[in-house]
Amino acid sequence: MSVQTRHYLEFERPIAELEAKIEELSKLSETAGGNGLDTELDALRARAEEMRRDAYATLDPWQKTQVARHPERPHFLSYVGALIEEFVELRGDRKFADDQAIVGGLGRFRGTPVVVMGHEKGQDTTTRLKHNFGSARPEGYRKAVRLMDMAEQFNLPVLSFIDTAGAYPGIGAEERGQAEAIARSTERCLTLGAPMIATVVGEGGSGGAIAIAAANRVLILEHAIYSVISPEGAASILWRDGSRARDAAAAMKITAEDLIRLKIVDRIVPEPLGGAHADPAAAIAAVGDILEAELKPLLALTPDELRRQRADRFYAIGRSFG
Amino acid sequence: MAEARDDIPSTRGPDRAGERSSGRPRRAGWFSKIAPGVRKLVKPKASDTPENLWVKCPDTGEMIYRPDLEAALWVTPAGRHMRIGPDLRFRYTFDRGAFEAIDMPRVFDDPLQFTDGKPYVERLASARKTTGEHDAVQAGFGRISDVPAVIMVQDFAFMGGSLGMAAGEGFVAAAKAAVERDAPMVAFVAAGGARMQEGALSLMQMARTTLAIQDLKIAKLPYVVVLTDPTTGGVTASYAMLGDVHLAEPGALIGFAGPRVIEQTIRETLPAGFQRSEYLVEKGMVDRVTPRQELPLVLGSILKTLMMGRARSQAA
Repeated sequence: MSVQTRHYLEFERPIAELEAKIEELSKLSETAGGNGLDTELDALRARAEEMRRDAYATLDPWQKTQVARHPERPHFLSYVGALIEEFVELRGDRKFADDQAIVGGLGRFRGTPVVVMGHEKGQDTTTRLKHNFGSARPEGYRKAVRLMDMAEQFNLPVLSFIDTAGAYPGIGAEERGQAEAIARSTERCLTLGAPMIATVVGEGGSGGAIAIAAANRVLILEHAIYSVISPEGAASILWRDGSRARDAAAAMKITAEDLIRLKIVDRIVPEPLGGAHADPAAAIAAVGDILEAELKPLLALTPDELRRQRADRFYAIGRSFG
Repeated sequence: MAEARDDIPSTRGPDRAGERSSGRPRRAGWFSKIAPGVRKLVKPKASDTPENLWVKCPDTGEMIYRPDLEAALWVTPAGRHMRIGPDLRFRYTFDRGAFEAIDMPRVFDDPLQFTDGKPYVERLASARKTTGEHDAVQAGFGRISDVPAVIMVQDFAFMGGSLGMAAGEGFVAAAKAAVERDAPMVAFVAAGGARMQEGALSLMQMARTTLAIQDLKIAKLPYVVVLTDPTTGGVTASYAMLGDVHLAEPGALIGFAGPRVIEQTIRETLPAGFQRSEYLVEKGMVDRVTPRQELPLVLGSILKTLMMGRARSQAA
């Protein structure tokens, strides 16, 4: 990805300016044909890297929210493309329609046959519209239930990937039972006799997220967030001022570190320097390695043990704070 | 998801003071003893008598004689089912109003040290003061039309009935009590949604309450939901939509997203009756709209049939 087209977040502006300068200088250096600027360029690149490292080491919850929503961050289909062999997408809820905000199907993860599903936000205007920006309608959750039924029947572990601002609030969605669809999907996760691991890769927004995240293990990427409502939503309801999202993001404890402390997630997947979007391949590989390690012990459990473990896990939340 | 604010008094607000008198003689001067928040909520209009013997109908503006309204179970002559809390629910639903209270577990207050200008602990304290309850969920065990049952009631007057750790644990405790007593569970739900002040811990209650319902299912015990005004957000998207049977009081607002959020998203005005009980029956999400007066009999009939079937299968 070239520097010019790269998407910089607000807090990255000083880095953006520096990198623009580096780019200019390196062009100048090329046209001048000499190597006189090389030392200086290396120093500037090192400085940019240092600035990025510092910025990402101290991201506040609102900055993390921006990173979690970064348009170049790897999305569900990026994970499927890199981690799932012979992926075959299965579409439709067999009741009304196919909702592309949740994509799912069959494939093999490092040799293990799996059902894989997740929210897909899309990466350009066309695909964002197709996937409704990752905000699912009831059909998405009913498709998830259908996929989990299949996982149970064929003894396939379920890998789910969470990346949604929330379930879609629309007339049609309400009409067709959005609440019921979410409730049934959460319920299906909890009754599943197959291993299930949920990974929050971007934004874990509210009921629309937990509907496919009530799993045996819940992983979260270093800069991902998981929350009961978006910071903007909380700001407009509690502060009555949508611009207080930064305060809401901090108050709601939505970062990976906070969630580990609250025992809402089990493990953090570290991201490459500068966030998952800086090196998607490395980010995805890191998720793959941890998923593989986490899945292994679950594969040895019986359906009853899996249900018991899941129930114990969720019942324990909030009963003690280490 | 939790759209309703706890601190916005409902225009059709319940008069909780009326409930406080349940089961004991009404004390003189009770009104002056309740906290300013509630006083504001039920503040008598200039046209009210100082004794607050009259309640203004939120629909017609007509003044209703309070003892008449109480006798009508807080249903106005226009048919509006005004919001009521646990004490009245128990009294109206259990035979002769008799029941045994189920202890609600205590949870950590304010696990996130949350503040949105006003600290959450202060909001909790004032809600406790105005309702006289510790949190939004109460449960009791008694008989409904002679069928032993556990009733769980969610109190909208307590921070919009919001589902936090206490309400979640309360639901779990109610379900556990039902399993232990081999009795069905009836949940009267009402909430704006999750309790945002508890962050993702409140979101987790969607999964935790759903687990509790599985314990009822494993024990083959009926779980009946009565949807009351309003039920939205994470509560609708979990235990409110997982009943074996769904009843709703007339005219209740029931949905996932609140109407305001939908209007802002689609930039359209919503059709009349959208997300009301009758609409949910039409859309197949609720079995029956049941007026408050009929609830004990209807619930009794449903529970009787289901429990008879269960007894037959156990005898077989």
